[in-house]
Amino acid sequence: MFLINCPYCGERDQQEFKAGGEAHIERPKQPTELSDDEWAEYLFMRKNIKGVQFERWNHAHGCRKWFNMARDTSNDEIKAIYKMGEKPPTQ
Amino acid sequence: MTQNLRVKSSEFIDETNRISFKFDGKTYYGFKGDTLASALIANNVHLVGRSFKYHRPRGIMTSGSEEPNAIVQVNPNSNITEPNARATEIEIYEGLEASSQNCWPSVNFDIGGINNFLAPLFPAGFYYKTFMWPKSFWEKYEFFIRHSAGLGKSPNTRDPDIYDHRNIHCDVLVVGAGISGILAAKNAAKNNFKTLLLDEKNELGGSTIFEANEDNKINHNSASEWLKKEINELKNIKNLEIKTRTSVAAYHQYNYLLARENLTDHLVKKDKKNKIRQRLLKIRAKKVILATGAIERPLIFNNNDRPGIMLSSAIKKYSNFYGVACGTKNIFFTNNDSAYESALSLHNKGIKVEAIIDIRENSDAKIIKKINDAGIKIYWAHTIVDTRGYKRLSGVSIMKLSNDGTSVTGSKISISCDCLGIAGGWTPAVHLYTQSGSKLTFDEERKIFFPKTDTKEQISVGSCGGDFELNDIITNLNYKLKKFLNINKTDFEGITLENDHETSKRNIWLLPSDQTIGKTKPFVDYQNDATAKDIKLALREGFRSIEHVKRYTTTGMGTDQGKLGNMHALGIIADTAGVKMGELGTTTFRPPYTPLTFGTIVGRNVGEFFDTFRRTPMNDWHIKNKAEFENVGQWKRSWYYPKEGETMHQAVQRESKAARKSAGILDASTLGKIDIQGSDASEFLNRVYTNAWSKLAIGKCRYGLMLNEDGMVYDDGVTTRLGENHYIMTTTTGGAANVLGKLEDYLQTEWPELDVYLTSVTDHFATASLCGPNSKKILNKIIPNLDLSDDNFPHMSFKEVLIDKIKCRIMRISFTGELSYEINVPASYGEAIWQKCIEAGKEFNITPYGTETMHLLRAEKGFIIVGQDTDGTMTPIDLQMDWIVSKKKYDFIGKRSLYRSDTMKENRKQLVGLLTEDPNIVLEEGAQIVSELNQKPVEMLGHVTSSYFSPNLNKSIALAVVKDGKNMMGRKLFVPMENKNISVTVANTVFYDEKNERLNA
Repeated sequence: MFLINCPYCGERDQQEFKAGGEAHIERPKQPTELSDDEWAEYLFMRKNIKGVQFERWNHAHGCRKWFNMARDTSNDEIKAIYKMGEKPPTQ
Repeated sequence: MTQNLRVKSSEFIDETNRISFKFDGKTYYGFKGDTLASALIANNVHLVGRSFKYHRPRGIMTSGSEEPNAIVQVNPNSNITEPNARATEIEIYEGLEASSQNCWPSVNFDIGGINNFLAPLFPAGFYYKTFMWPKSFWEKYEFFIRHSAGLGKSPNTRDPDIYDHRNIHCDVLVVGAGISGILAAKNAAKNNFKTLLLDEKNELGGSTIFEANEDNKINHNSASEWLKKEINELKNIKNLEIKTRTSVAAYHQYNYLLARENLTDHLVKKDKKNKIRQRLLKIRAKKVILATGAIERPLIFNNNDRPGIMLSSAIKKYSNFYGVACGTKNIFFTNNDSAYESALSLHNKGIKVEAIIDIRENSDAKIIKKINDAGIKIYWAHTIVDTRGYKRLSGVSIMKLSNDGTSVTGSKISISCDCLGIAGGWTPAVHLYTQSGSKLTFDEERKIFFPKTDTKEQISVGSCGGDFELNDIITNLNYKLKKFLNINKTDFEGITLENDHETSKRNIWLLPSDQTIGKTKPFVDYQNDATAKDIKLALREGFRSIEHVKRYTTTGMGTDQGKLGNMHALGIIADTAGVKMGELGTTTFRPPYTPLTFGTIVGRNVGEFFDTFRRTPMNDWHIKNKAEFENVGQWKRSWYYPKEGETMHQAVQRESKAARKSAGILDASTLGKIDIQGSDASEFLNRVYTNAWSKLAIGKCRYGLMLNEDGMVYDDGVTTRLGENHYIMTTTTGGAANVLGKLEDYLQTEWPELDVYLTSVTDHFATASLCGPNSKKILNKIIPNLDLSDDNFPHMSFKEVLIDKIKCRIMRISFTGELSYEINVPASYGEAIWQKCIEAGKEFNITPYGTETMHLLRAEKGFIIVGQDTDGTMTPIDLQMDWIVSKKKYDFIGKRSLYRSDTMKENRKQLVGLLTEDPNIVLEEGAQIVSELNQKPVEMLGHVTSSYFSPNLNKSIALAVVKDGKNMMGRKLFVPMENKNISVTVANTVFYDEKNERLNA
């Protein structure tokens, strides 16, 4: 059970949160311009890496804000938490 | 005649408090402080159960939670009965009853014991190999296997006890209150850390508290005396909470631990009453100190499972802590020095020790000299090759070990005894450490897996950390604690320590016998009756992974999870396969460490608190009027209102007719309602719905369909424009929370530039939906001054009015195809407005109807229900709802996906109507649809999604999804059922009032 440091509320139990999959996948601004393959790339393709992964999380039973998390999937260590729109940490 | 083996009074046993208890129907006596195991041993009862597979007589082996054999049924044949309880952990109380498990008719004469003689027929994988053929017989085999499987009996009535949960946050959690745990907790608390100390036993002090080795000294006192003083000081320390009888079950990530606190199991019946039995502690600790100790290993030799064969450390505890002798003629069998300490303890109390058998060549530890001085014979480099005695050990045969330890030589010596203490070394109790996700290191020299690395959040101290001698324990604890807590000094720094050193080691995982292995029974897992032979067989049959061998032989899969024998299983595999143990690794240690009752896990969340129910403000009226309810999401919705003697079918038919003929009323309060405000509200709706919203006039309503980004229908509902920048959206009852979540997601992450605010107002409003040709007249009676003409209040429009000074929002919208009005009032007036409608409607025979009638009426009109007629694979085009998809809008959620080659395929499954050839046959929802009857295999074209008998059309109707259904209008298809094939014809989805004339009737 993770202890997640919501950037708006502070440390809270994982029970209050909802995971929202891979982060930094922007919805195409002009979907009609895209080929089927390009659209499918956005729609379906997600990385599932062993190591540090950038993910979206939502404080669903709290402030309901979405934010991003860098988590090492091999040991579940949360490396960083940052707000929507912010750049992912480089390290 | 039972024999009293109470040898010496003990400070931990209250001999003035005699307690009677029953075991297998017979009354025995013990003292306060006894466990069931110690009290039985004091009465010279060792035979307490039968083994799982071979039904071999088994006795008490240990003195703690690692016990594999002495598992009993507590309070049998009652509603508080508990199976698989460890006799070594049950504290006795007046009136306790317990019985043996896995035996019939009794533990003394067990019919199943015949399995022991048939043992050659039951090798590892017996069930897998035997019951696989003939295939069709499996169901017959299963019946018998299920009846003979399992150990105890679970209670078959409701658990009457109360359980609780508690959340605890602390700076430092210390698990285990042996010498390391006590010193760690004391120093953490003294340095202002909020500290919690837990121990599974009822007394603090671990094994040091009853230790009697005179060579182990702290500050020139015996270690136990010194520790008692330390324990005494704990009372005066602030910041320290101590919980005994509390076992940590699980250690999850981020220092989240679950522990079971046992509050009343040791109390007499009258004191248990109305008290919480067990409490689940949910602990979030900043730092965790594991001081869980070590578990003594048995030795694996032929017939090592007879009652009277026990761990050497257990014999010491029974004698020193409980004052009970486990036998009158004792032998010890060991590969290390610790058995000598147990032997000396017994000898000093006048209990006879016949001999010590040691597989080592020699040892020059101080304690060996004391044993020699006591005149106890030591057989160096010998091993036990067999044991005797069926229901109680009566003797052992020993032989000399060869130099390489793989065979025996010389002549056999026979020694009689009634108790054998076995000492195979120590296994650090690393279960919690590995549960937390940390990796173990194997020490080839000491043959132990131990936690080599500590982190900032967690350390292992004492013997669970791999330190077994007093000097190492205290020295390393001092060093680790200072670093971990970032403190300069501990209060035990500088104490003087003396202890005996172990100098000689020899480890043999499987001890040889003079008989071939095939003829021996060296048990590795006592509870599951897995022998070394089974493990070797698994390896011969090609199993290599430790996880596979475990599952094939069931080693370590009992309720004790192989706390005793797992290391030997690994060792035997490593030796046989010729690999290193460190490379082999261990099996996964899974929570819980000791079994938890379901009661503890669920706590107070039982009965009506198991899941939350949501009820509408009109709920009381529905109950008074005998509604049957159905669960929709978390809601309890009125399903139908049967009159006296009516079946569900009759009630629904009556309600459906009434709603079309005169007037009906539905409680629609459960629909999701989202208040949308902001200057970009219209643009926002444009982006989330498939149709256009910019031109919707204030005061008008519009139906909207929402897709997922993959183009599939996600939700639907009517949204009303209340003002320039203000809308109220309705969603499906079950989808409300998800829709809000999805909309918030887009607003926060994709379109943060939009000025839109969303608020869930589902619970703020109650909704009464009036429907039928007389609904206008009824509404007119309630609000006479509102002009209800089609010009002033047309279909798909909205009015805000006052009814008795209460602000109401009335929408003229329809889900039934009839003229209908949805009256929304603040929730607290819900029942009042409902009553008003019922009274005003009396002269029109207004009929309350439930969800079933609502479903039937909308099916007559071909209106979809998202989640019933759709399943996440239907596009609006598949639903034949092309009309709602805007061609002009540049973008909306899911738009691009509608033009993917796959979603544009002609022959996708599409929503159609189905009419049965015989109008009286009602199809089953979910039934498959085919076009051919004589073809095998036949292609499944689709399935029935909604099906009813329509009283208004006097025939059955159905909606279905059918491959290429759009092009099949009028085609004859079949719905094959178990006993008959039903002929159906593909039809339009709208069965009733195709021109929508009734909306303005």
